[in-house]
Amino acid sequence: MALKGNLRDFTITQLLNLINLARKTGTLVVEGPGEVAKVFFREGKLSYAAIEQEDNSLAAVLQRTNRITTSQYKLIKEKASRMSDKELGLVLINAGYVSQDDILLSLQQYFLAVVRRLFTWGEGFFRFDQGDLSVDGKITVRIDLENLIIEGSRQLRELEKLQEEIPTLDMALKFTDRPGTNLRNINLSVQEWRVVSFVNPKNSMRQIARATKMNDLEIRRVIYGLLQAGLVEIIRPVGVVAPAPGRMFPTQNKEEQKSLVNRLIERIRSL
Amino acid sequence: MQTVKIVVTGPFNAGKTEFIRSVSEIDVVSTERKISSEPEKVKETTTVAMDFGRITVDHDLVLYLFGTPGQKRFDFMWEILSEGMLGFVVMVDSTRPETFREARSILETFRAYAPTPYVVAANKQDHKDAWDIDDMRLALRLDPKVKLLTCVATSKEKVKSVLLELLYGILAEMEEGRS
Repeated sequence: MALKGNLRDFTITQLLNLINLARKTGTLVVEGPGEVAKVFFREGKLSYAAIEQEDNSLAAVLQRTNRITTSQYKLIKEKASRMSDKELGLVLINAGYVSQDDILLSLQQYFLAVVRRLFTWGEGFFRFDQGDLSVDGKITVRIDLENLIIEGSRQLRELEKLQEEIPTLDMALKFTDRPGTNLRNINLSVQEWRVVSFVNPKNSMRQIARATKMNDLEIRRVIYGLLQAGLVEIIRPVGVVAPAPGRMFPTQNKEEQKSLVNRLIERIRSL
Repeated sequence: MQTVKIVVTGPFNAGKTEFIRSVSEIDVVSTERKISSEPEKVKETTTVAMDFGRITVDHDLVLYLFGTPGQKRFDFMWEILSEGMLGFVVMVDSTRPETFREARSILETFRAYAPTPYVVAANKQDHKDAWDIDDMRLALRLDPKVKLLTCVATSKEKVKSVLLELLYGILAEMEEGRS
């Protein structure tokens, strides 16, 4: 029977640990926020990984890691779109464009990036299909999982702490009204500047993350820094109707409500 | 009979049950259980569902005080308890800075439930290890407009003044036409 569950209950590092210790062979499919990841393992080692919504071809991976140029990538896509990754790899090596090491290092880099992306998914359904290794024509590698597990545990701990600080991304940000604060005098990173440029009571943090292409961990990290520096504060987004607070008063009449609060005040004073 | 409610929330062992006990006219109806986890054994029992206190205002009006469970694993109760509240008090243990982060998180969570007025009560201010109120404001990253009040949950007078400040805040918001 396939291992199934939700990352909310069984984290990705726990899964990797299980796969590593049991030296499992099979495919892990994770349905995350708008993306589906497929990760292949052979005898407890990472073998192949891909995000379904991305171009995972060897040409795309080589272009992303700057081993080939964008125009070379486009040319390959035009002329060799029917070639498998293994065939394309051989052609590129024989033509002297890249070495075998270039290919393996690029693929390792990409596969690790896919798994690291999973560390930032707080929830998502997963399924591990034992024995299934349908990676025909793809180039596979063998990467030990221990370092990834340690790195993932560290990231999860960080994400948990940041989730305590910023429990929801559905709230908005506004600049604090501290007199004398001048953003120009503050050294912000490129990522921080990108977020700052979207700070507006109309934008929720989730929308800012989407606009700046940051995942949950990255956006929380940046916002936490800005909050700590006292540059921004969290508010309810403008235009978003607050959840109805329920029936606070037994009466709808404003004057009666005020009278009720005054009666409460008098009573508490007299205790 | 008309009823209204105020919610008292905050991290584990912040003093929520004591706070309600100090002013409630009935013995606080508490759903306490013995603590099983070693790190949380700073006290014998903890609230697992809610605390419930009552103050009768007059023949026609009763104020209920609801205390939320402090441990995170019971946070499913928070939203239920916040339904229809007039306002809320966030209790913070002034002697345990390690809980400030969680207090901040609880505050943000309750703010998201309902835009009702709230005050923050810096409890255990009578302890020698209590943090200074100004330092706590910075550590909790509270806006200058948010009322951060010194509190000793076992002192009826201190608890009364926290509740009064919350009610003044509710009245002020009504005057401004926000409630």
